[in-house]
Amino acid sequence: MITANEVTKRYPEGREALKGVSFEITAGEMVFLTGHSGAGKSTLFKLLAAIERPTSGSIVINGQNLAALRRNAIPYLRRKLGLIFQDRKLLFDRNVLDNVLLPLAIAGHPAKEAQRRAQAALAKVGLHDRERTLPIALSGGEQQRLAIARAVVNRPAIILADEPTANLDAASAIEILEIFRAFQQVGVTVLIVTHDPLCPPGMRPRVLRLAHGQMTEQPPCPSADGVVP
Amino acid sequence: MKAWFAQHLAALRDALRRLTAAPLNTLLSLLVVGVALTLPTAGWLALENLRQLTSDTPGVQQISIFLSLEAGKREVSEIESRLKEARVGNWRFVPRDEALKRLQASEGMAEIIASLPRNPLPDAFVITPADPQPESLEHLAKVFAGWPKVAHVQLDSEWVKRFDALLRLGRLVVMLLGALFAGALVTITFNTIRLQILAQAAEIEVARLVGATDTYVRRPLHYFGMLQGALGGLCAALLVTGGFQLLIPPVSELTRLYGASFTLQSLSPGDVARLAAIGGALGWLGARISVMMHLRRLT
Repeated sequence: MITANEVTKRYPEGREALKGVSFEITAGEMVFLTGHSGAGKSTLFKLLAAIERPTSGSIVINGQNLAALRRNAIPYLRRKLGLIFQDRKLLFDRNVLDNVLLPLAIAGHPAKEAQRRAQAALAKVGLHDRERTLPIALSGGEQQRLAIARAVVNRPAIILADEPTANLDAASAIEILEIFRAFQQVGVTVLIVTHDPLCPPGMRPRVLRLAHGQMTEQPPCPSADGVVP
Repeated sequence: MKAWFAQHLAALRDALRRLTAAPLNTLLSLLVVGVALTLPTAGWLALENLRQLTSDTPGVQQISIFLSLEAGKREVSEIESRLKEARVGNWRFVPRDEALKRLQASEGMAEIIASLPRNPLPDAFVITPADPQPESLEHLAKVFAGWPKVAHVQLDSEWVKRFDALLRLGRLVVMLLGALFAGALVTITFNTIRLQILAQAAEIEVARLVGATDTYVRRPLHYFGMLQGALGGLCAALLVTGGFQLLIPPVSELTRLYGASFTLQSLSPGDVARLAAIGGALGWLGARISVMMHLRRLT
Protein backbone atom coordinates (compact mmCIF):
# COMPACT_ATOMS: atom_id res chain seq x y z
CA MET A 1 0.00 0.00 0.00
CA ILE A 2 2.81 2.45 0.95
CA THR A 3 6.34 1.62 -0.14
CA ALA A 4 9.31 3.91 0.29
CA ASN A 5 12.54 2.86 -1.36
CA GLU A 6 15.88 4.60 -0.67
CA VAL A 7 14.16 7.95 -0.24
CA THR A 8 16.45 10.92 0.10
CA LYS A 9 15.44 14.53 0.59
CA ARG A 10 18.01 17.27 0.29
CA TYR A 11 16.94 20.90 0.65
CA PRO A 12 18.41 23.63 -1.57
CA GLU A 13 20.56 24.97 1.27
CA GLY A 14 22.27 21.55 1.41
CA ARG A 15 20.64 20.05 4.49
CA GLU A 16 19.84 16.38 4.02
CA ALA A 17 16.62 15.65 5.92
CA LEU A 18 16.21 12.02 4.78
CA LYS A 19 19.03 9.66 3.84
CA GLY A 20 18.00 6.56 1.97
CA VAL A 21 14.84 5.76 3.94
CA SER A 22 13.03 2.55 3.03
CA PHE A 23 9.92 0.97 4.56
CA GLU A 24 6.70 -0.71 3.65
CA ILE A 25 3.26 -0.37 5.18
CA THR A 26 0.62 -2.90 4.24
CA ALA A 27 -3.08 -2.21 3.76
CA GLY A 28 -5.07 -1.90 7.00
CA GLU A 29 -1.96 -1.52 9.13
CA MET A 30 -1.53 1.12 11.86
CA VAL A 31 1.98 2.53 12.09
CA PHE A 32 3.59 5.12 14.32
CA LEU A 33 6.46 7.08 12.75
CA THR A 34 8.55 8.39 15.64
CA GLY A 35 11.78 10.23 16.25
CA HIS A 36 13.15 13.33 17.92
CA SER A 37 12.75 16.85 16.57
CA GLY A 38 14.72 17.23 13.36
CA ALA A 39 14.80 13.48 12.74
CA GLY A 40 12.98 13.93 9.42
CA LYS A 41 9.44 12.87 10.43
CA SER A 42 7.69 15.95 9.11
CA THR A 43 9.75 15.85 5.91
CA LEU A 44 8.66 12.25 5.36
CA PHE A 45 5.04 13.28 6.05
CA LYS A 46 5.32 16.06 3.44
CA LEU A 47 6.74 13.60 0.91
CA LEU A 48 3.92 11.12 1.57
CA ALA A 49 1.32 13.91 1.23
CA ALA A 50 2.96 15.03 -2.04
CA ILE A 51 3.62 18.46 -0.55
CA GLU A 52 7.28 18.00 -1.45
CA ARG A 53 9.10 15.65 -3.78
CA PRO A 54 11.98 13.34 -2.87
CA THR A 55 15.43 14.23 -4.18
CA SER A 56 15.95 10.59 -5.04
CA GLY A 57 14.31 7.24 -4.41
CA SER A 58 10.66 6.37 -4.81
CA ILE A 59 7.49 6.49 -2.76
CA VAL A 60 4.65 4.38 -4.09
CA ILE A 61 1.15 4.81 -2.69
CA ASN A 62 -1.55 2.54 -4.06
CA GLY A 63 0.59 1.88 -7.11
CA GLN A 64 1.32 5.55 -7.82
CA ASN A 65 4.96 6.65 -7.70
CA LEU A 66 4.86 10.10 -6.12
CA ALA A 67 8.29 11.04 -7.47
CA ALA A 68 6.97 10.68 -11.02
CA LEU A 69 3.52 12.15 -10.35
CA ARG A 70 2.58 15.07 -12.60
CA ARG A 71 1.76 18.30 -10.77
CA ASN A 72 -1.84 18.33 -11.93
CA ALA A 73 -2.35 14.74 -10.68
CA ILE A 74 -1.43 15.64 -7.09
CA PRO A 75 -4.87 17.01 -6.09
CA TYR A 76 -6.51 13.75 -7.17
CA LEU A 77 -4.01 11.75 -5.10
CA ARG A 78 -4.71 13.94 -2.06
CA ARG A 79 -8.43 13.27 -2.38
CA LYS A 80 -7.63 9.61 -1.76
CA LEU A 81 -5.58 10.39 1.33
CA GLY A 82 -6.86 11.57 4.69
CA LEU A 83 -4.38 14.23 5.73
CA ILE A 84 -4.24 15.58 9.27
CA PHE A 85 -1.79 18.35 10.00
CA GLN A 86 0.01 19.30 13.17
CA ASP A 87 -1.53 22.80 13.10
CA ARG A 88 -4.88 21.25 11.99
CA LYS A 89 -5.35 23.81 9.19
CA LEU A 90 -9.01 24.48 9.96
CA LEU A 91 -10.92 27.36 8.43
CA PHE A 92 -11.81 29.49 11.41
CA ASP A 93 -14.30 31.67 9.55
CA ARG A 94 -16.42 28.64 8.64
CA ASN A 95 -18.42 26.49 10.98
CA VAL A 96 -17.68 22.86 11.80
CA LEU A 97 -19.97 21.46 9.10
CA ASP A 98 -18.58 23.74 6.39
CA ASN A 99 -15.04 22.69 7.27
CA VAL A 100 -15.97 19.06 6.73
CA LEU A 101 -17.94 19.87 3.58
CA LEU A 102 -14.89 21.46 1.92
CA PRO A 103 -13.21 18.26 0.61
CA LEU A 104 -16.58 17.00 -0.65
CA ALA A 105 -17.28 20.24 -2.49
CA ILE A 106 -13.81 20.06 -4.03
CA ALA A 107 -14.42 16.48 -5.12
CA GLY A 108 -17.68 17.62 -6.73
CA HIS A 109 -20.18 15.66 -4.62
CA PRO A 110 -23.82 16.74 -4.91
CA ALA A 111 -24.88 19.01 -2.05
CA LYS A 112 -27.33 16.58 -0.43
CA GLU A 113 -24.95 13.65 -0.48
CA ALA A 114 -22.13 15.88 0.78
CA GLN A 115 -24.28 17.06 3.67
CA ARG A 116 -25.15 13.47 4.60
CA ARG A 117 -21.53 12.31 4.44
CA ALA A 118 -20.22 15.31 6.39
CA GLN A 119 -22.77 14.70 9.15
CA ALA A 120 -21.82 11.02 9.25
CA ALA A 121 -18.12 11.92 9.55
CA LEU A 122 -18.87 14.35 12.37
CA ALA A 123 -20.91 11.67 14.13
CA LYS A 124 -17.94 9.28 13.91
CA VAL A 125 -15.72 11.72 15.78
CA GLY A 126 -18.46 12.77 18.23
CA LEU A 127 -19.02 16.28 16.90
CA HIS A 128 -22.50 15.75 15.44
CA ASP A 129 -23.99 18.25 17.91
CA ARG A 130 -21.46 21.00 17.05
CA GLU A 131 -22.22 21.43 13.34
CA ARG A 132 -22.93 25.16 13.51
CA THR A 133 -20.12 25.97 15.94
CA LEU A 134 -17.10 27.90 14.77
CA PRO A 135 -13.81 26.00 15.30
CA ILE A 136 -12.51 28.75 17.58
CA ALA A 137 -15.19 27.74 20.11
CA LEU A 138 -13.93 24.12 20.20
CA SER A 139 -11.34 22.73 22.59
CA GLY A 140 -7.98 21.49 21.28
CA GLY A 141 -9.19 17.89 21.30
CA GLU A 142 -12.41 18.81 19.52
CA GLN A 143 -10.50 20.76 16.89
CA GLN A 144 -8.34 17.70 16.31
CA ARG A 145 -11.46 15.55 15.96
CA LEU A 146 -12.82 18.06 13.46
CA ALA A 147 -9.57 17.78 11.49
CA ILE A 148 -10.01 13.98 11.52
CA ALA A 149 -13.62 14.28 10.34
CA ARG A 150 -12.50 16.46 7.43
CA ALA A 151 -9.71 13.98 6.62
CA VAL A 152 -11.99 10.93 6.55
CA VAL A 153 -15.06 12.44 4.92
CA ASN A 154 -13.86 11.38 1.45
CA ARG A 155 -13.51 7.80 2.78
CA PRO A 156 -9.76 7.53 2.17
CA ALA A 157 -7.95 4.20 2.20
CA ILE A 158 -4.99 5.84 3.93
CA ILE A 159 -4.87 8.33 6.79
CA LEU A 160 -1.66 10.29 7.31
CA ALA A 161 -1.58 12.26 10.56
CA ASP A 162 1.21 14.62 11.59
CA GLU A 163 1.48 14.93 15.39
CA PRO A 164 -2.27 14.56 15.94
CA THR A 165 -1.91 14.34 19.70
CA ALA A 166 0.55 17.20 20.16
CA ASN A 167 -0.59 19.83 22.69
CA LEU A 168 -3.40 17.59 23.92
CA ASP A 169 -3.80 16.28 27.45
CA ALA A 170 -3.41 12.51 27.93
CA ALA A 171 -7.18 11.83 27.98
CA SER A 172 -7.80 13.79 24.76
CA ALA A 173 -4.77 12.15 23.12
CA ILE A 174 -6.12 8.69 23.91
CA GLU A 175 -9.55 9.68 22.54
CA ILE A 176 -7.92 10.75 19.30
CA LEU A 177 -5.90 7.53 19.05
CA GLU A 178 -9.05 5.50 19.71
CA ILE A 179 -10.70 7.22 16.76
CA PHE A 180 -7.75 6.25 14.56
CA ARG A 181 -7.96 2.67 15.82
CA ALA A 182 -11.66 2.59 14.89
CA PHE A 183 -10.75 3.52 11.32
CA GLN A 184 -7.94 0.99 11.23
CA GLN A 185 -10.33 -1.72 12.36
CA VAL A 186 -12.46 -1.15 9.29
CA GLY A 187 -9.47 -1.56 6.99
CA VAL A 188 -8.06 1.94 6.72
CA THR A 189 -4.27 2.22 6.73
CA VAL A 190 -3.16 4.70 9.40
CA LEU A 191 0.26 6.33 9.64
CA ILE A 192 0.71 8.59 12.63
CA VAL A 193 3.76 10.80 12.83
CA THR A 194 4.52 11.48 16.48
CA HIS A 195 7.44 12.35 18.69
CA ASP A 196 5.66 10.78 21.66
CA PRO A 197 4.38 7.29 20.80
CA LEU A 198 1.90 6.41 23.53
CA CYS A 199 -0.45 3.53 22.95
CA PRO A 200 -3.84 3.27 24.56
CA PRO A 201 -4.49 -0.10 26.24
CA GLY A 202 -4.98 -2.84 23.67
CA MET A 203 -3.42 -0.87 20.79
CA ARG A 204 -0.24 -2.38 19.39
CA PRO A 205 0.80 -0.46 16.29
CA ARG A 206 4.04 -1.07 14.46
CA VAL A 207 6.62 1.64 15.13
CA LEU A 208 9.03 3.09 12.59
CA ARG A 209 11.78 5.19 14.11
CA LEU A 210 13.70 7.94 12.35
CA ALA A 211 16.98 9.34 13.66
CA HIS A 212 19.06 11.90 11.78
CA GLY A 213 17.16 11.16 8.58
CA GLN A 214 17.64 7.40 8.69
CA MET A 215 15.47 4.48 9.78
CA THR A 216 16.76 2.88 12.95
CA GLU A 217 15.65 -0.01 15.12
CA GLN A 218 11.93 -0.40 15.56
CA PRO A 219 11.04 -0.44 19.27
CA PRO A 220 7.62 -1.57 20.43
CA CYS A 221 5.04 1.05 21.34
CA PRO A 222 4.88 1.90 25.07
CA SER A 223 1.38 1.76 26.52
CA ALA A 224 -0.38 4.80 27.93
CA ASP A 225 0.63 3.80 31.45
CA GLY A 226 4.30 3.74 30.40
CA VAL A 227 4.66 -0.04 30.36
CA VAL A 228 6.52 -1.41 27.36
CA PRO A 229 4.88 -4.70 26.43
CA MET B 1 -21.31 17.61 -17.10
CA LYS B 2 -23.66 17.96 -14.15
CA ALA B 3 -20.72 18.02 -11.70
CA TRP B 4 -18.94 20.59 -13.89
CA PHE B 5 -22.01 22.80 -13.88
CA ALA B 6 -22.43 22.36 -10.12
CA GLN B 7 -18.82 23.38 -9.53
CA HIS B 8 -19.27 26.52 -11.65
CA LEU B 9 -22.43 27.33 -9.72
CA ALA B 10 -20.59 26.81 -6.44
CA ALA B 11 -17.75 29.07 -7.64
CA LEU B 12 -20.27 31.74 -8.63
CA ARG B 13 -21.91 31.48 -5.21
CA ASP B 14 -18.50 31.71 -3.56
CA ALA B 15 -17.68 34.82 -5.61
CA LEU B 16 -21.01 36.39 -4.61
CA ARG B 17 -20.31 35.51 -0.97
CA ARG B 18 -16.94 37.27 -1.22
CA LEU B 19 -18.54 40.31 -2.85
CA THR B 20 -21.19 40.63 -0.17
CA ALA B 21 -18.84 39.84 2.71
CA ALA B 22 -17.46 43.40 2.68
CA PRO B 23 -20.30 45.53 1.23
CA LEU B 24 -18.58 48.90 1.67
CA ASN B 25 -15.37 47.75 -0.02
CA THR B 26 -17.41 46.19 -2.81
CA LEU B 27 -19.46 49.35 -3.28
CA LEU B 28 -16.34 51.50 -3.49
CA SER B 29 -14.72 49.11 -5.98
CA LEU B 30 -17.88 49.10 -8.10
CA LEU B 31 -17.97 52.89 -8.07
CA VAL B 32 -14.33 53.09 -9.18
CA VAL B 33 -14.96 50.57 -11.98
CA GLY B 34 -18.21 52.38 -12.84
CA VAL B 35 -16.52 55.78 -13.10
CA ALA B 36 -13.72 54.26 -15.21
CA LEU B 37 -16.32 52.98 -17.67
CA THR B 38 -18.55 56.07 -17.46
CA LEU B 39 -16.21 58.50 -19.22
CA PRO B 40 -15.65 56.57 -22.47
CA THR B 41 -19.30 55.48 -22.50
CA ALA B 42 -20.54 59.04 -22.09
CA GLY B 43 -18.15 60.19 -24.81
CA TRP B 44 -19.34 57.48 -27.18
CA LEU B 45 -22.98 58.27 -26.46
CA ALA B 46 -22.41 62.00 -27.00
CA LEU B 47 -20.81 61.27 -30.40
CA GLU B 48 -23.68 58.99 -31.37
CA ASN B 49 -26.16 61.71 -30.48
CA LEU B 50 -24.17 64.28 -32.43
CA ARG B 51 -24.13 61.99 -35.45
CA GLN B 52 -27.86 61.43 -35.08
CA LEU B 53 -28.49 65.14 -34.67
CA THR B 54 -26.63 66.05 -37.85
CA SER B 55 -28.21 63.28 -39.90
CA ASP B 56 -31.67 64.44 -38.72
CA THR B 57 -31.00 68.13 -39.32
CA PRO B 58 -32.14 69.42 -42.74
CA GLY B 59 -29.32 70.53 -44.99
CA VAL B 60 -26.67 68.44 -43.39
CA GLN B 61 -25.47 65.56 -45.56
CA GLN B 62 -28.08 66.50 -48.13
CA ILE B 63 -27.65 67.71 -51.70
CA SER B 64 -30.00 70.29 -53.19
CA ILE B 65 -30.42 70.52 -56.97
CA PHE B 66 -31.83 73.83 -58.16
CA LEU B 67 -33.16 73.85 -61.70
CA SER B 68 -32.96 76.86 -63.97
CA LEU B 69 -36.01 79.14 -63.94
CA GLU B 70 -37.00 78.19 -67.47
CA ALA B 71 -37.07 74.43 -66.66
CA GLY B 72 -40.49 72.96 -67.30
CA LYS B 73 -42.38 69.78 -66.38
CA ARG B 74 -40.49 67.79 -69.01
CA GLU B 75 -37.11 68.68 -67.48
CA VAL B 76 -38.39 67.93 -63.99
CA SER B 77 -39.54 64.48 -65.16
CA GLU B 78 -36.18 63.82 -66.74
CA ILE B 79 -34.33 64.69 -63.54
CA GLU B 80 -36.74 62.41 -61.64
CA SER B 81 -35.98 59.57 -64.06
CA ARG B 82 -32.26 60.10 -63.70
CA LEU B 83 -32.49 60.10 -59.90
CA LYS B 84 -34.49 56.87 -60.02
CA GLU B 85 -31.92 55.28 -62.28
CA ALA B 86 -28.98 56.47 -60.23
CA ARG B 87 -30.48 55.02 -56.99
CA VAL B 88 -28.72 57.65 -54.93
CA GLY B 89 -30.91 57.38 -51.87
CA ASN B 90 -34.04 59.25 -50.86
CA TRP B 91 -35.08 62.35 -52.71
CA ARG B 92 -37.92 64.81 -52.72
CA PHE B 93 -39.12 67.30 -55.34
CA VAL B 94 -39.79 70.83 -54.01
CA PRO B 95 -41.83 72.83 -56.56
CA ARG B 96 -41.02 76.53 -56.77
CA ASP B 97 -44.51 77.51 -55.44
CA GLU B 98 -44.05 75.38 -52.35
CA ALA B 99 -40.60 76.88 -51.78
CA LEU B 100 -42.13 80.37 -52.01
CA LYS B 101 -44.84 79.49 -49.51
CA ARG B 102 -42.24 78.22 -47.07
CA LEU B 103 -40.20 81.35 -47.46
CA GLN B 104 -43.26 83.48 -46.88
CA ALA B 105 -43.94 81.60 -43.68
CA SER B 106 -40.53 82.54 -42.36
CA GLU B 107 -40.55 85.38 -39.90
CA GLY B 108 -40.11 88.81 -41.56
CA MET B 109 -40.07 87.42 -45.09
CA ALA B 110 -43.76 87.81 -45.99
CA GLU B 111 -43.52 91.54 -46.81
CA ILE B 112 -40.34 91.15 -48.80
CA ILE B 113 -41.80 88.31 -50.87
CA ALA B 114 -45.01 90.27 -51.45
CA SER B 115 -43.01 93.16 -52.87
CA LEU B 116 -41.41 90.94 -55.52
CA PRO B 117 -42.96 91.09 -59.01
CA ARG B 118 -42.77 87.32 -59.51
CA ASN B 119 -41.60 84.08 -57.81
CA PRO B 120 -37.80 84.20 -57.97
CA LEU B 121 -37.35 80.64 -56.67
CA PRO B 122 -36.62 77.68 -58.95
CA ASP B 123 -37.91 74.11 -58.75
CA ALA B 124 -35.60 72.00 -56.66
CA PHE B 125 -34.79 68.45 -55.61
CA VAL B 126 -33.55 67.62 -52.14
CA ILE B 127 -31.54 64.38 -52.02
CA THR B 128 -30.51 62.47 -48.94
CA PRO B 129 -27.81 60.14 -50.27
CA ALA B 130 -27.57 56.58 -49.06
CA ASP B 131 -23.82 56.98 -48.61
CA PRO B 132 -23.15 60.01 -46.39
CA GLN B 133 -19.34 59.93 -46.83
CA PRO B 134 -18.04 63.39 -47.87
CA GLU B 135 -16.20 61.94 -50.90
CA SER B 136 -19.35 60.24 -52.13
CA LEU B 137 -21.43 63.39 -51.62
CA GLU B 138 -18.93 65.44 -53.62
CA HIS B 139 -18.95 62.92 -56.43
CA LEU B 140 -22.76 62.98 -56.59
CA ALA B 141 -22.81 66.78 -56.59
CA LYS B 142 -20.47 66.79 -59.61
CA VAL B 143 -22.69 64.28 -61.43
CA PHE B 144 -25.85 66.28 -60.70
CA ALA B 145 -24.21 69.50 -61.87
CA GLY B 146 -23.71 67.93 -65.32
CA TRP B 147 -27.40 67.16 -65.83
CA PRO B 148 -29.45 69.36 -68.18
CA LYS B 149 -31.30 72.42 -66.81
CA VAL B 150 -29.51 72.14 -63.49
CA ALA B 151 -28.59 75.68 -62.51
CA HIS B 152 -26.94 75.00 -59.18
CA VAL B 153 -26.07 72.08 -56.92
CA GLN B 154 -25.72 72.92 -53.28
CA LEU B 155 -23.60 70.84 -50.98
CA ASP B 156 -21.75 72.34 -48.08
CA SER B 157 -18.98 69.83 -48.56
CA GLU B 158 -16.47 71.77 -46.49
CA TRP B 159 -18.85 71.74 -43.58
CA VAL B 160 -19.55 68.04 -44.04
CA LYS B 161 -15.83 67.31 -44.29
CA ARG B 162 -15.05 69.30 -41.19
CA PHE B 163 -17.85 67.67 -39.28
CA ASP B 164 -16.79 64.22 -40.42
CA ALA B 165 -13.19 64.94 -39.40
CA LEU B 166 -14.45 66.17 -36.06
CA LEU B 167 -16.49 63.00 -35.58
CA ARG B 168 -13.48 60.84 -36.49
CA LEU B 169 -11.32 62.75 -34.04
CA GLY B 170 -14.01 62.36 -31.41
CA ARG B 171 -14.18 58.62 -32.04
CA LEU B 172 -10.40 58.36 -31.76
CA VAL B 173 -10.41 60.27 -28.48
CA VAL B 174 -13.19 58.04 -27.16
CA MET B 175 -11.27 54.93 -28.26
CA LEU B 176 -8.10 56.16 -26.56
CA LEU B 177 -10.08 57.03 -23.45
CA GLY B 178 -11.72 53.61 -23.64
CA ALA B 179 -8.37 51.85 -23.90
CA LEU B 180 -6.98 53.93 -21.04
CA PHE B 181 -9.91 53.24 -18.75
CA ALA B 182 -10.04 49.59 -19.80
CA GLY B 183 -6.44 49.37 -18.62
CA ALA B 184 -7.49 51.07 -15.39
CA LEU B 185 -10.32 48.57 -14.91
CA VAL B 186 -7.98 45.64 -15.49
CA THR B 187 -5.54 47.15 -12.98
CA ILE B 188 -8.26 47.75 -10.39
CA THR B 189 -9.45 44.15 -10.69
CA PHE B 190 -5.87 42.88 -10.65
CA ASN B 191 -5.30 44.62 -7.34
CA THR B 192 -8.64 43.56 -5.83
CA ILE B 193 -7.92 39.94 -6.67
CA ARG B 194 -4.38 40.24 -5.29
CA LEU B 195 -5.86 41.40 -1.99
CA GLN B 196 -8.42 38.59 -2.11
CA ILE B 197 -5.68 36.04 -2.60
CA LEU B 198 -3.62 37.49 0.25
CA ALA B 199 -6.65 37.57 2.54
CA GLN B 200 -7.58 34.00 1.68
CA ALA B 201 -4.11 32.50 1.51
CA ALA B 202 -4.91 30.17 4.41
CA GLU B 203 -8.15 29.00 2.82
CA ILE B 204 -6.44 28.44 -0.53
CA GLU B 205 -3.67 26.45 1.17
CA VAL B 206 -6.19 24.25 3.01
CA ALA B 207 -8.22 23.72 -0.14
CA ARG B 208 -5.12 22.60 -2.01
CA LEU B 209 -4.12 20.25 0.79
CA VAL B 210 -7.50 18.52 0.72
CA GLY B 211 -7.42 18.02 -3.05
CA ALA B 212 -8.35 21.28 -4.78
CA THR B 213 -7.01 21.64 -8.29
CA ASP B 214 -5.61 24.95 -9.53
CA THR B 215 -8.78 25.36 -11.59
CA TYR B 216 -10.94 24.92 -8.48
CA VAL B 217 -8.95 27.61 -6.66
CA ARG B 218 -8.91 29.99 -9.63
CA ARG B 219 -12.55 29.70 -10.64
CA PRO B 220 -14.23 31.76 -7.86
CA LEU B 221 -11.57 34.46 -8.27
CA HIS B 222 -12.26 34.64 -12.01
CA TYR B 223 -15.98 34.88 -11.27
CA PHE B 224 -15.25 37.56 -8.67
CA GLY B 225 -13.37 39.69 -11.23
CA MET B 226 -16.03 39.11 -13.86
CA LEU B 227 -18.90 39.99 -11.49
CA GLN B 228 -17.11 43.08 -10.25
CA GLY B 229 -16.51 44.23 -13.83
CA ALA B 230 -20.07 43.47 -14.96
CA LEU B 231 -21.61 45.20 -11.94
CA GLY B 232 -19.22 48.10 -12.51
CA GLY B 233 -20.51 48.22 -16.09
CA LEU B 234 -24.08 48.41 -14.80
CA CYS B 235 -22.99 51.12 -12.38
CA ALA B 236 -21.52 53.05 -15.34
CA ALA B 237 -24.78 52.57 -17.26
CA LEU B 238 -26.66 54.00 -14.29
CA LEU B 239 -24.35 57.01 -14.08
CA VAL B 240 -24.49 57.70 -17.82
CA THR B 241 -28.27 57.27 -17.99
CA GLY B 242 -28.71 59.54 -14.96
CA GLY B 243 -26.47 62.19 -16.50
CA PHE B 244 -28.22 62.06 -19.87
CA GLN B 245 -31.65 62.23 -18.24
CA LEU B 246 -30.57 65.52 -16.72
CA LEU B 247 -29.40 66.76 -20.13
CA ILE B 248 -32.47 65.76 -22.17
CA PRO B 249 -34.74 68.78 -21.35
CA PRO B 250 -32.12 71.54 -21.93
CA VAL B 251 -30.84 69.89 -25.14
CA SER B 252 -34.38 69.50 -26.50
CA GLU B 253 -35.08 73.13 -25.67
CA LEU B 254 -31.86 74.25 -27.36
CA THR B 255 -32.51 72.31 -30.56
CA ARG B 256 -36.10 73.58 -30.60
CA LEU B 257 -34.79 77.16 -30.51
CA TYR B 258 -32.75 76.33 -33.61
CA GLY B 259 -35.85 75.11 -35.35
CA ALA B 260 -35.07 71.41 -35.09
CA SER B 261 -36.71 68.62 -33.18
CA PHE B 262 -34.22 66.43 -31.37
CA THR B 263 -34.30 64.30 -28.23
CA LEU B 264 -31.07 63.15 -26.68
CA GLN B 265 -30.85 59.36 -26.85
CA SER B 266 -29.65 57.54 -23.74
CA LEU B 267 -28.37 53.97 -23.52
CA SER B 268 -30.60 51.26 -24.95
CA PRO B 269 -31.05 47.95 -23.05
CA GLY B 270 -28.68 46.41 -25.62
CA ASP B 271 -26.07 49.08 -24.85
CA VAL B 272 -26.42 48.38 -21.11
CA ALA B 273 -25.95 44.65 -21.73
CA ARG B 274 -22.90 45.34 -23.92
CA LEU B 275 -21.43 47.63 -21.25
CA ALA B 276 -21.91 44.96 -18.57
CA ALA B 277 -20.38 42.36 -20.88
CA ILE B 278 -17.35 44.56 -21.62
CA GLY B 279 -16.94 45.29 -17.90
CA GLY B 280 -17.24 41.57 -17.14
CA ALA B 281 -14.69 40.61 -19.79
CA LEU B 282 -12.19 43.22 -18.58
CA GLY B 283 -12.75 42.17 -14.96
CA TRP B 284 -12.19 38.55 -15.90
CA LEU B 285 -8.96 39.51 -17.70
CA GLY B 286 -7.68 41.45 -14.66
CA ALA B 287 -8.58 38.55 -12.39
CA ARG B 288 -6.93 36.01 -14.68
CA ILE B 289 -3.63 37.92 -14.82
CA SER B 290 -3.67 38.50 -11.06
CA VAL B 291 -4.48 34.87 -10.26
CA MET B 292 -1.78 33.67 -12.64
CA MET B 293 0.84 35.86 -10.98
CA HIS B 294 -0.13 35.59 -7.33
CA LEU B 295 -1.30 31.98 -6.98
CA ARG B 296 2.04 30.82 -8.34
CA ARG B 297 3.71 32.57 -5.39
CA LEU B 298 1.50 30.66 -2.96
CA THR B 299 2.41 27.31 -4.51
